Amino acid sequence: MRIRAQIAMVLNLDKCIGCHTCSITCKNVWTNREGVEYVWFNNVETKPGIGYPKDWENQKRWRGGWVRTKRGKLIPRQGSKWRILSKIFANPHLPEIDDFYEPYTFEYEWLQKAPELQAQPSAKPRSLLTGSVINKIEWSGNWEDMLGGEFEKRSHDYNFEGVEREIYGEFEKTFMMYLPRLCEHCLNPSCLASCPSGAIYKREEDGIVLIDQEKCRGWRMCVSGCPYKKIYYNWSTGKSEKCIFCYPRIETGQPTVCSETCVGRIRYLGVVLYDADRIEVAASVENEQDLYPAQLGVFLDPNDPEVQAEARAQGIPDQWLEGAIRSPIYKMAVEWKVAFPLHPEYRTLPMVWYVPPLSPIQSAHEAGKISAKDGMPDVRSLRIPLRYLANLLTAGDEAPVATALERMLAMRSYMRAKSVEGRIDPAIPERVGLTQAMIEEMYKIMALANYEDRY
Amino acid sequence: MSHFLDRLTYFRRDQETFSGGHGITTRESRKWEDAYRKRWAADKIVRSTHGVNCTGSCSWKIYVKGGIVTWETQQTDYPRTRPDLPNHEPRGCPRGASYSWYLYSGTRIKYPLVRARLIRHWREARSSMSPVAAWRSIVQDSAKRRDWVAKRGRGGFVRVGWDEINELIAAANAYTIREYGPDRIAGFSPIPAMSMISYAAGTRYLSLLGGTMLSFYDWYCDLPPSSPQVWGEQTDVPESADWYNAGFLLVWGSNVPMTRAPDAHFYSEVRYRGAKSVVIAPDYNEAAKFSDMWLHPKQGTDAALALALGHVVLREFYLDRQAEYFADYTRRFSDFPLLVTLAERDGQLVPDRMLRAADLPDSLGETNNPDWKAVGIDEVTGELVAPLGSSGFRWGEQGKWNLEERDGKGRDIRLRLSLADAHDGIMPVSFPYFGGTAAHDWVATTHERILKRNVPVREIERADGGKLRVATVFDLYCANYGLDRGFGGENVATSFDDDIPFTPAWAEKVTGVPRQAIIQVAREFAANAETTKGRSMVILGAGLNHWYHMDMSYRGIIQLLVMCGCVGKSGGGWAHYVGQEKLRPQTGWLPLAFALDWTRPPRQMNGTSFFYAHSDQWRYETMKVSELLSPLAPAGDWSGAMIDYNVRAERMGWLPSAPQFETNSLELGGKIAESGRDAGEAVVEGLKSGEIKLSNSDPDNPRNWPRNMFFWRSNVLGASGKGHEYFLKHFVGSLHGVVGTDDREEIQRPEEVVWRKEAPVGKLDLMVNVDFRMSTTSTYSDIVLPTATWYEKHDLNTTDMHPFIHPLTAAVDPAWEARSDWAIFRGLARKFSEVAPEVLGIERDVVLSPIQHDTPGELGQAYEPKDWNRGECEPVPGKTMPSVHLVERNYPETFLRFTSLGPDLEKFGNGSKGQNWKAEREIEHLGNLNGRVAEGPTAGRPKIDSDIDACETILMLAPETNGEVAIKAWNVLSKATGRPHAHLAEGKEEEKIRFRDIVSQPRKIISSPTWSGIESESVCYNAGYTNVHELIPWRTITGRQQLYQDHHWMRAFGEAFVTWKPPIDTRSVARALGKLPNGNPEILLNFLTPHQKWGIHSTYTENLIMLSLNRGGPAVWISEKDAAEAGIVDNDWIEAFNVNGALTARAIVSQRIMPGSCIMYHAQEKVVNTVGSEVTGQRGGIHNSVTRINMKPTHMIGGYAQLAYAFNYYGTVGANRDEIVILRKMSEVNWFDKAADDAANVESGTADWGTGTRKGKEAAE
Repeated sequence: MRIRAQIAMVLNLDKCIGCHTCSITCKNVWTNREGVEYVWFNNVETKPGIGYPKDWENQKRWRGGWVRTKRGKLIPRQGSKWRILSKIFANPHLPEIDDFYEPYTFEYEWLQKAPELQAQPSAKPRSLLTGSVINKIEWSGNWEDMLGGEFEKRSHDYNFEGVEREIYGEFEKTFMMYLPRLCEHCLNPSCLASCPSGAIYKREEDGIVLIDQEKCRGWRMCVSGCPYKKIYYNWSTGKSEKCIFCYPRIETGQPTVCSETCVGRIRYLGVVLYDADRIEVAASVENEQDLYPAQLGVFLDPNDPEVQAEARAQGIPDQWLEGAIRSPIYKMAVEWKVAFPLHPEYRTLPMVWYVPPLSPIQSAHEAGKISAKDGMPDVRSLRIPLRYLANLLTAGDEAPVATALERMLAMRSYMRAKSVEGRIDPAIPERVGLTQAMIEEMYKIMALANYEDRY
Repeated sequence: MSHFLDRLTYFRRDQETFSGGHGITTRESRKWEDAYRKRWAADKIVRSTHGVNCTGSCSWKIYVKGGIVTWETQQTDYPRTRPDLPNHEPRGCPRGASYSWYLYSGTRIKYPLVRARLIRHWREARSSMSPVAAWRSIVQDSAKRRDWVAKRGRGGFVRVGWDEINELIAAANAYTIREYGPDRIAGFSPIPAMSMISYAAGTRYLSLLGGTMLSFYDWYCDLPPSSPQVWGEQTDVPESADWYNAGFLLVWGSNVPMTRAPDAHFYSEVRYRGAKSVVIAPDYNEAAKFSDMWLHPKQGTDAALALALGHVVLREFYLDRQAEYFADYTRRFSDFPLLVTLAERDGQLVPDRMLRAADLPDSLGETNNPDWKAVGIDEVTGELVAPLGSSGFRWGEQGKWNLEERDGKGRDIRLRLSLADAHDGIMPVSFPYFGGTAAHDWVATTHERILKRNVPVREIERADGGKLRVATVFDLYCANYGLDRGFGGENVATSFDDDIPFTPAWAEKVTGVPRQAIIQVAREFAANAETTKGRSMVILGAGLNHWYHMDMSYRGIIQLLVMCGCVGKSGGGWAHYVGQEKLRPQTGWLPLAFALDWTRPPRQMNGTSFFYAHSDQWRYETMKVSELLSPLAPAGDWSGAMIDYNVRAERMGWLPSAPQFETNSLELGGKIAESGRDAGEAVVEGLKSGEIKLSNSDPDNPRNWPRNMFFWRSNVLGASGKGHEYFLKHFVGSLHGVVGTDDREEIQRPEEVVWRKEAPVGKLDLMVNVDFRMSTTSTYSDIVLPTATWYEKHDLNTTDMHPFIHPLTAAVDPAWEARSDWAIFRGLARKFSEVAPEVLGIERDVVLSPIQHDTPGELGQAYEPKDWNRGECEPVPGKTMPSVHLVERNYPETFLRFTSLGPDLEKFGNGSKGQNWKAEREIEHLGNLNGRVAEGPTAGRPKIDSDIDACETILMLAPETNGEVAIKAWNVLSKATGRPHAHLAEGKEEEKIRFRDIVSQPRKIISSPTWSGIESESVCYNAGYTNVHELIPWRTITGRQQLYQDHHWMRAFGEAFVTWKPPIDTRSVARALGKLPNGNPEILLNFLTPHQKWGIHSTYTENLIMLSLNRGGPAVWISEKDAAEAGIVDNDWIEAFNVNGALTARAIVSQRIMPGSCIMYHAQEKVVNTVGSEVTGQRGGIHNSVTRINMKPTHMIGGYAQLAYAFNYYGTVGANRDEIVILRKMSEVNWFDKAADDAANVESGTADWGTGTRKGKEAAE
């Protein structure tokens, strides 16, 4: 057992208001510079949609993440080390600037400096790359915001796999969710494995994955190697950059910028202990749907005295152990099982997890369904198809997602009985495999969500 | 360096792998990591916020490095709430997070800018003349005046120095005052709560001059008139934390996650506490995501839905079973048990005004104001009684204005709700029905114009011995909702499936919402309220309030809440959020802002009526009063055009007017002062003889034009200016895109207003804008003054969303030559004092003031209103006409007065909402704190020199921030109510909040009688709390929640009870449809302009970060169905137009939009990425280019208890949701950015200086 500690993140998508404050504060602090105008270490996507960069989830196209060979060995999808080296001068799987968007600005000065014109001045857009006028802006960092664009285009979304997509294009059947995204700081990072320069490393003390800006040679194999498309090429410095999990803040005991500025209070940070020796086994289980439980198996129970003793022996500080015990991440991911990894099928063992969103019942014609189960709707009557969420979070396995949503609805039923009717109904937690204490703590962490309980 | 060392130790490199090579441990230098650590570092972090109209009021950390603001993140140090309630951190949103971009951006205004042609003329004149003479010479020369006026909005700015430009402005002001009168100088600045000192700076200057301040809340249509109608309260709402106490949340026409981003978490989180939620919106909006059910009624039909919900509640919780809690609540806190007289009209019975004590023998023993005391029946004795709390008890006597269950004689009473088993007969009573016709694609039903319904009626004896028929409000109310109660007769329903107004089945037809959903929602809402005693809440907003008939949907919803006993209950009630209307320390701020410490009253004007008149939109009015009139209107003369009603209202003292007199009010004042006569008497005589004329009957007369206009903290032309193109044409005098003309046959000529053949073009002599950015208004102004950004000045900020007061503070000095608003207007005051003596000294000014709410004058005309101008009564100032004041203005001392606190607070005391208290102690303390003026005419007065001095003045005077004043204020109120209230502020006497206190941390304010909720550690702030828990009456005619609006005009326009009125016919497309073809198919869509995600109104809409996160410029959302029909694909350039004008944008095609409507999130300015219009040949417009103001007569009512004027409290509102546009794909894209000789598709030089393509215009005619 090789015990490592990582600061991991959970985002409760059920609370996400899609405001993009996280993206902006992150951009201001980290990528508000020449060369990275188009770069959003953190971005928020409206789903269903093809995202930023376009179609990023389509690994047939981009070849990100890992594949398991027939012999059970893991290799980067874009190929083994030698194949990567052979492609460094012409990488066919590299997204181009238009797959992100051509960054622009406007001729603001014109408004003050224009001579007398025939019409009121208006500032035209200009490319931040070429300086030329852009006659029509065709894409942006968030083009599909709030389901912008025809359904036909947005439904190329990879997560419609196995869903009868056509009916979801109707006005009445509209569904929508937000997906804030940042680097996953994976346990098994495929970017690292793709780097010909050895510039990428995962910090031993906190699990943060970084690109050494002095070692990076700008080969960009990491850009295609990362299945989340969360590594960006800085055209000014000629090096690649990525989310640094705000290590200057983490090191000084502060949450990441995106977490602290999250207005929806959806972000949680916490220590997770894991057994680094189990990474390979967990990442190479045969069935993709087993990857999520396998990753759970890598995590260590911080309350287990044996784990504690071993961790101490391996030099994990006491404060970190305490942090692991209080960790909201461990509770949501392991104890309550309401949080899931994003696309576990990429086999990178990502460490930014998501609580799936609830949604309104499908049709007002069946209004009675809003009170189907202990006064709350039934999971199967909700608007977002379970399969869609499962494609996003569990490689298509609906059962764990259904259980998580049931648990959240049970929390609502239980608390409604308590706060509205003034009664405790122990049958409710029982029905979803939780205890009363667990549901009360879920409520405290997820609803009251005090600053000190989030981070 | 580090890796060089690594390489040297290459062969010794410590390396180890694990997990099959998936883990590697290395021992390399990580020194490079310091680079990012350095980027994170800051030299200092300063607290400020964003002074923008958004209700957010979020405290932020501003990071400064090397004297430059680098970025901002939210503060997380708000005082904590309770253990069982989420806390406020972090409050903020994407817009706020992008603000630092502005400071050093290309749009930042760095120096004073002036129109080149203006400064040229000025310098030439000034070289040989004194300042006022110089201005006179150029403004009176029509060629010179036109030279700069006609070029507005078309570039041509040059940089200028502060001193020179201040002199020009001061000279223009002094000239205008001398030539036309001080009220020809107008100012517009909204939402003081967002930066109250910056607002006060300009209004203090203007008020000292006698200038006119325009209101904004009503103009923005954010004011819900239903609030003053029902509660006598401008707007008072729960703080966002109180959402967390709700058990059921209806989120209706309010997009909480988008427009209340910092507070949305209380909504998402309370669901985990078990609250259920239904979202009602025509589109699948951001809020829908959080609901348990999304209802999407056809846009504009919300009143119908609200009525059907009420129908279900009445049936199941009042009639089939009486919920005890509901009955008890409505008996005590609503007008349900009060009696309404029934009038006979054309052989039918019609609900008339409320019964008054004065109607009855001996006035029920009431000698004080018996005309203003409502009457009910005591259930125990069966006697007619006048319950306490009516407005008649509020004025002229003390100790009886409360909601105890007693009558004026001190007897305990219990009012009877219904005459169902105590009547003298069941009689058919008539109700108007307006749903039989509908414009555009709204659904009309086949029901009659008049619906008769049986009601139990009592016959009583009148004071004069005659008989009167009366019914309770409750019985009439049930009849209005169409409920069968076993009284027989027609038009009532026994089943929800009956197609009778207002059943669920009927509503299903009108709204498209399935009846099952209506029934389910009503049941759950009411059942939750019954179980929790009122913890059902409706969050509502602009989505409903911006429709012409907003009162119907709002009152429909308020009624639902009153019926369910939710108003005044924690976790319940109405939560209307549009505009940051809550200036918490208002009582401290008012004297500072309107210079009440020196002169009273200030000139305050309702913005909508002002702009309607002066942008000449009245000349294009296509709505006739007859279309609005109830078929059951009381007999009388209901002729005239819409502006005639406004003029009548102004003349009767209901609404203010500006300018006031055709004659200069200083001339008038001088004459009156000389004669030694009473000003009121003299003005009455002059009005009767015709010697004195009011300006309102001839707004196009050059003598009556507003001449100088200041805009600051605002952007009328880029955001709120409904009828944008009319503004450009008549008010501004620039190129414009008005497509229609003012001589169409559907336009009704007014009776009381002079119609001039040629409408004026360019009424303003001088347009000054104060801003930090080049907004649309900046673009069109003559002078743009660079103001400090929100990170460069000191100010105060509050909101209704949270209980804290917190500051804006200067993280850095104003960049370039910018100055704070306070410094700008102080500088202007100084220059004005230097320049004015050329033509002005100590002057006497006659000021008219409308009958004010919360003063004894609000008891104006108790019955049918009489118009003195029509000879129906005598003009009596303050009773049948505006009150008249003779005011002294000391123009040379303007600067000295601006910078010190005047003596009038000691003389008249301070106070609010009808309460008044002595203020000597506070003023003494303020003098000690700020210091006193050492010498000169203002020697000894407390100083208000800096912006921080001004902050301290507010904090010292306001009960919310000075505990001693709070106790004093509550004790004054106790005298009126006869009940103790001071306990609400007990223990806070010693609490005095200072500016530096809030710089270190936001502070929670202190409970005060200015507001109807309390600040407490056990409940959240909620409106109406003290009415229900302290038995303080609402400030209405009955002192109760007024569900029946008995004013003569309310009955005339069929709004005595809530009813269903479909959106109005704006008649703006028929004349343009198909007349200006570009080869592409045209479709008609209802044009919706909700608040947006990428800006707060127009601010941030040109911010590069925001633009990078959306479509990079103006966009219109349309449905997939409509897009397909018009051949439009996502991101096509499109044009939307009608007779009002045209706008260009790109299309966003989306499944979430309801077919038949389109959404253009409002105030996306045309200063970025806006191409030329194919229709007008001008720059494409903004959202308001296709709108026009439609005013409503019921909003003009005044002098009638709660329906009495107050600034931003009641008055006409700028509704614009009912508009229809023609939308099509553009065929040609033209940037129109060449100098004036470019061959762009523009014709200029027409009679009114260019109206776009004449061809197009002729076609439209």
